[in-house]
Amino acid sequence: MEKIVSRHFGQKNSHRLENYLKDNGYEAARKALTQMTGAQVIDEVKKSNLRGLGGAGFPTGTKWSFIPQANPKPKYLVINADEGEPGTFKDKYILEQDPHALLEGIIITCYAIGSHKAYIYIRGEYIKSLEIVQAAIDEAYKGKYLGKGIMGTGFDIDVVVHPGAGAYICGEETALLESLEGKKGFPRLKPPFPAVVGLFGCPTVINNVETIACVPPIINKGAEWYAKLGNEKNGGNRLFCISGHVVKPGVYELPNGTTLREIIYDHAGGIPNGRKLKAVIPGGISAPILTPDQIDVKMDFDSLKSIGSMAGSGGIIVMDDTTDMVWAAMIAARFFALESCGQCSPCREGSGWVYRNVKRLNEGHARPHDLNNLPGIVNNIGGNTICAFGDAVTMSVGSYVSKFRSEFEAKIQERVCQI
Amino acid sequence: MPNLIIDGKQVEVPAGTTIIQAADKLGIDIPRYCYHPALPVAGNCRICMVEIEKQPKLQIACYTPVAEGMVVKTNSPKVIEVRKSILEFLLVNHPVDCPVCDQAGECKLQDYYMEHGQYDSRLSDVKVKKEKKAFSIGPTIMLDQERCILCTRCVRFTDNITKTHEFGMFSRGDHSQIDVSKQLDNDYSGNVADICPVGALTDKDFRFKCRVWYLAQTKSVCPGCSMGCNITVEWDKSRPHQHKKARVMRLKPRHNPDVNDYWMCDKGRYNYHFIDDNRIQHPQLKDDFVSWDQATDTIVTVLKSIQKSNNTNRIGVLASAQLTNEDLFVIRKFFKETLKGAMVDFRVPEGPGEKDDFLIKADKNPNTAGASSILQADADAGEIVQKAKHGEIDLLYVFGHDLVKLFGKETVEQIAKKVKLFVYQGSNVNATCSYAHLNLPSSVYAEKEGTFTNCQKRVQRIWPAFLPLGEAKGDWEIISLLSAKLGSPMTYQNSQAIFKDIAATMAPFTEMSYEKLGDKGMLLK
Repeated sequence: MEKIVSRHFGQKNSHRLENYLKDNGYEAARKALTQMTGAQVIDEVKKSNLRGLGGAGFPTGTKWSFIPQANPKPKYLVINADEGEPGTFKDKYILEQDPHALLEGIIITCYAIGSHKAYIYIRGEYIKSLEIVQAAIDEAYKGKYLGKGIMGTGFDIDVVVHPGAGAYICGEETALLESLEGKKGFPRLKPPFPAVVGLFGCPTVINNVETIACVPPIINKGAEWYAKLGNEKNGGNRLFCISGHVVKPGVYELPNGTTLREIIYDHAGGIPNGRKLKAVIPGGISAPILTPDQIDVKMDFDSLKSIGSMAGSGGIIVMDDTTDMVWAAMIAARFFALESCGQCSPCREGSGWVYRNVKRLNEGHARPHDLNNLPGIVNNIGGNTICAFGDAVTMSVGSYVSKFRSEFEAKIQERVCQI
Repeated sequence: MPNLIIDGKQVEVPAGTTIIQAADKLGIDIPRYCYHPALPVAGNCRICMVEIEKQPKLQIACYTPVAEGMVVKTNSPKVIEVRKSILEFLLVNHPVDCPVCDQAGECKLQDYYMEHGQYDSRLSDVKVKKEKKAFSIGPTIMLDQERCILCTRCVRFTDNITKTHEFGMFSRGDHSQIDVSKQLDNDYSGNVADICPVGALTDKDFRFKCRVWYLAQTKSVCPGCSMGCNITVEWDKSRPHQHKKARVMRLKPRHNPDVNDYWMCDKGRYNYHFIDDNRIQHPQLKDDFVSWDQATDTIVTVLKSIQKSNNTNRIGVLASAQLTNEDLFVIRKFFKETLKGAMVDFRVPEGPGEKDDFLIKADKNPNTAGASSILQADADAGEIVQKAKHGEIDLLYVFGHDLVKLFGKETVEQIAKKVKLFVYQGSNVNATCSYAHLNLPSSVYAEKEGTFTNCQKRVQRIWPAFLPLGEAKGDWEIISLLSAKLGSPMTYQNSQAIFKDIAATMAPFTEMSYEKLGDKGMLLK
């Protein structure tokens, strides 16, 4: 299988410009800038079926086409490198091992949407990534791939790196914009969407790192080639991050639509020590948990949605039969309670309430009504909040209760863990 | 203009109107915490969610714009269920200590719980403890972070209205709290207690003084400056033995989009103690209390002798822009028409006070525009005082001014010596009272019916909250007593009759009446 985004991973000094140039580096950008119009670039990306790989899976070319070209305000591209979803660590690899692929994607995207300034919002804890990306930007400025009149064309572009300050919610695109503007990371009310009123009130495209890193190969080899790699509505490959109880955890680039079973057993080496699979989160902690009978699902946005979960950020967390699911639910609930931004009431008060409830269940101090109330409380959060965080609490914590209810009941009845 | 249906009622509103605004127009009350019509929409409390036909998810009414043909339900089973759940969330960490909370009785958590909550508690957890309880955040306001439901109205008020940015929301999740980055010490700080829907921000001046269900409300206009902010006088209607017999407990701003919107300044808000304190309660001649009959006889005797000797130009009157249009009209009628030739002015040299570019005006009188148009003063206050000082005046009649503060003690001492009769008519004791030969107690604005004309030339009504204190009378009533005793009785039964006369005889007031003025007032022609 041909690797695309991860093609340079593991090569010595793959983050250096000289090595990137050896592999046709920045030729896609040159092609876009010299042979294509912005509209042609957008068309090509639309045809490639590239979908947002941060988790929402929105068609990328369509998103770009929402930028109102008649708007006299400056337009911005913002790269979401906040990668905070537990179980997800793919963007870190791109940032550290192939930063020039991201920069080339940025150039092409900015050209397509008529922007001359891009921000890369990098998770604050990614100190090494920050340094490597900044070094790559410096190299690119020196080599005239960034700055004024890049690569001998008339196109100007500036790229700025901005470190986050440690809030999961700043991965939500409008909270990210608030944070980038120097404010507290609170998601915005929508509409207006960022394409119309985004950063500093200007039209803005926000894309995930991996999404943008896919753009140069699409321009180089054409939309048809890319679209064929995936399945019907999900073009290309995807980076899957697999962690937890597997023999070979790590980042794997695989075509969209590879089954979860293949990923766990063929690529990640299966469950260690001959244990059995008990549960798996398919797309970061926000995605509803799956049971072993569901792992023949194809790992793409639509297939996972059809079985009531989601592809999310591609973070697969595998749990074997030694896992206490009430404890796992508590870990998830604690994460949401700690990371709720506190802006709207159901999520602010509900996430803490749910966590304390699950914690009590886990510690064997709960009474039957605690468990009986839990699904109702959890359901009252989702759908009633400003951003999708509330939905994540509902879907994630709710799935542990509905799929492993007997374990919760056992904790109440016997006040001991069954495992 | 889009047409839509809310709860079966049709309404047509301009494009861009939100559902909550359209519902307000229909008189349909959608519950709200964070929404305030004068502040930007935050959309964070989620209690205003409504069902819109053909939309799968409920939407917040405060942010969702209306559309042609929209069908909105504010009381469907789905809506009621969500409303209950939002209340339940808001109460997860809210202390239910209403019996010791000063907001009880005007708390939106209480109100909506009774209307829309009424569920059995599902809580078995300890509530999140927050740091600041009964914490002073400035000269006027106390903060209780545990009672706060984080609607951010206070944050938006200080960000968008005063632009002083004291408030902010700190921390995350259910540890979020409202706090101040500096002392809340701006000229409009008291408003944050008004807009706080719960007991998180309470007014130091009012807290624990009186339960709100003992309060009566009377519409009025702030007399603190020429802006004439619309206010409500809130007074203790049933317990006169409380609070050292003070009647007024607090003032609240009253909505008038053309004058003060929803706001008032702190100077005006806390300027009410004079209504009950330090009042002149009885007519007093030199050191002795006298009856109204004796008091008016004293004045009329002097007036008659002046009339007899054709010396009406030896009468000096210092009227005041603190008086109502009705008072001033009667003063003019008596001193300028009945007693032709008297010198009348109201413009004492007070000097400009503090002002800003919002509600606070330099002119600290509520009725300067009214006094100018009604009195049409042709004399000069300074000249009147000088003449009085040199004994060129026989009767000096002062309405409420503190001449000692304005002209100095020596001048007033001279006046008391040189003038035959020095009358002070006012509501409160000041330094001038001890020099005046005769002190007459008059009503304060909260005891009066009448009108003020503000700096926009808007004529606005005030209503009497309660009877005058002690033997005090309305200013116009005292003058009409004098007029009757002098043999020219006036026929006014009440201030409405005077205003009718004003509207009939004075061009700027043409076509005005108390009914037409209503709550919001009318501009002078």
